[in-house]
Amino acid sequence: MTKADLVEAVYHRLDGFSKKESADIVESIFETMKETLSRGDKIKISGFGNFEVKHKNKRPGRNPQTGEQIIITERRVLKFKPSQVLKNALNV
Amino acid sequence: MTKSQLIEAVVANGGYPRKAVEVAVNAMFDEMVDAMKRSERIEIRGFGNFTVRPYKAYTGRNPKTGTKVEVDAKLMPRFKVGKDLKERINNG
Repeated sequence: MTKADLVEAVYHRLDGFSKKESADIVESIFETMKETLSRGDKIKISGFGNFEVKHKNKRPGRNPQTGEQIIITERRVLKFKPSQVLKNALNV
Repeated sequence: MTKSQLIEAVVANGGYPRKAVEVAVNAMFDEMVDAMKRSERIEIRGFGNFTVRPYKAYTGRNPKTGTKVEVDAKLMPRFKVGKDLKERINNG
């Protein structure tokens, strides 16, 4: 499934909006989510899951190919925690 | 940010009526849940990919009491953040 399939689904559920407008709305939803997460804010979608930005401290690591020791720099990463409702839906 | 706050933010960003944005957000997440129920991979360019992975059964332990618990095989959703979003989050 790609964004095009989501646009299709949205287009079928909306009344009086063109395919182009549906695509625009879907784009706007993802862009808004990206902006929110880039600010470090969390997004909670009930029945789906939570997207959370986690801060990771720097830590020693290794290049698995060469075995060379390196420092993994501190960074912010995105974590998705699926909701219990979604997990249950996948295991019926 | 909750789903209703996401809807508000998209309305503020894009100028589409709230009702339409609400229908679109719900259609989008419903569609993604349906795809995951079919164990279908979801690819959203610039955002990330969702996959459904099978996990084997194992014998776990209740960490409080130490009693053995049989954990059944299950399907779990996984999210891998897209390159674009990963960079935006880390540099934001």
